[in-house]
Amino acid sequence: MSRRYDSRTTTFSPEGRLYQVEYAMEAIGNAGSAIGILSKDGVVLVGEKKVTSKLLQTSTSTEKMYKIDDHVACAVAGIMSDANILINTARVQAQRYTYAYQEPMPVEQLVQSLCDTKQGYTQFGGLRPFGVSFLFAGWDKNFGFQLYMSDPSGNYGGWKAAAIGANNQAAQSMLKQEYKDGITREEAVQVALKVLSRTMDSTSLTSDKLELAEVFLSAGKVKYQVCSPESLSEMLLKFGLTQPPAEAA
Amino acid sequence: MECVFGLVGKDFTLVVADTSAVHSILVHKSNEDKIMLLDSHKLMGASGEAGDRVQFTEYIQKNVALYQFRNGISLTTAAAANFTRGELATALRKNPYSVNILLAGYDKETGPSLYYIDYIASVHKVDKAAFGYGSYFSLAMMDRHYRGDMTVEEAVDLADKCIMEIRSRLVVAPPNFVIKIVDKDGAREYAWRESVKDVPVPAA
Repeated sequence: MSRRYDSRTTTFSPEGRLYQVEYAMEAIGNAGSAIGILSKDGVVLVGEKKVTSKLLQTSTSTEKMYKIDDHVACAVAGIMSDANILINTARVQAQRYTYAYQEPMPVEQLVQSLCDTKQGYTQFGGLRPFGVSFLFAGWDKNFGFQLYMSDPSGNYGGWKAAAIGANNQAAQSMLKQEYKDGITREEAVQVALKVLSRTMDSTSLTSDKLELAEVFLSAGKVKYQVCSPESLSEMLLKFGLTQPPAEAA
Repeated sequence: MECVFGLVGKDFTLVVADTSAVHSILVHKSNEDKIMLLDSHKLMGASGEAGDRVQFTEYIQKNVALYQFRNGISLTTAAAANFTRGELATALRKNPYSVNILLAGYDKETGPSLYYIDYIASVHKVDKAAFGYGSYFSLAMMDRHYRGDMTVEEAVDLADKCIMEIRSRLVVAPPNFVIKIVDKDGAREYAWRESVKDVPVPAA
């Protein structure tokens, strides 16, 4: 029955729904998940890498985390090819702002400009919406550290802790239990890894299935740092989220 | 002829401008305010072609207001200066505005500041600056008497010295001046220095 309203993304169904937008959100539910946590001295992003084949060689060091500008990074869940387009527009927007004002773009403005692009595809033309959700982590001089979550409809919001992708509802309710106000970055990393390990399908967590990135202040400057696989393995061991290698036991 | 100058004091910035609207050898008006309140904590003193001056400063003012409505935060003085410069630069190779601007502002993080922006779209962050024929005299006076830690009274005293020098040395000296100040409490008119008053004429 709903087929009549599926073909055009910009048509409401009689129940007042936009099916294509809802399907796009559904598509993200199958993608590798990502979690973001805000702490008092930084923002933490962790993502689950879906290892499709061990023969596959990844060209970049990160496949879920992207630096948008010196002070903003994002984690992606959804269709990567769609995400690449949006990441590119976000980077262009950030540089345009710097060109106009000689100042870094406030984080919320960057998120909003990207969400305006997303929204456009739910209203105009016979095009499909972007099948991507984002977690944005950033710092600006007005509001300090910030974490935003956006979905394919173009909605966004500021969060203390948020999850996107597979099992995001389970992760979100776990975060609600685990999160405490005023936690440090290290504690946030621990919470994020713990929640991700519980919500991931795979039984044992290893560094090659994970990505960890942090945004924090170092010597007065914003720093974006991706955790190396080695230190990630160490951390997983320390937090007791993975079994030590068989030889050591 | 036109005199616009400004200086940065201890915790404020002061801008002074003449208030003459002149065409050829004729003075049309001697109470024309050439210092616009850009927003709550910014002043824009401008000289140049009368029409361009009003049009351009109003355009910047409205864009600064739009930014505030859209984003819920206001532009810093540095951002506003660079935005203004950008607008002048894009106009420069199409149909240039003939305006020179002194942008004064006060920001929570950086304190008081003054930006010199000319019609060929250059921007400089300065402690003291001047435009127009009056600049020959006001710059000299400020070079001699300016200090970075001046109080409002000292700065206004220096502005009066500049005005006196312009009035006594410049053939085409304007009669009246307006002094405006921006500090942590906002941008506002401080005083007028008038030697000629417009006398209101009752309607015939």
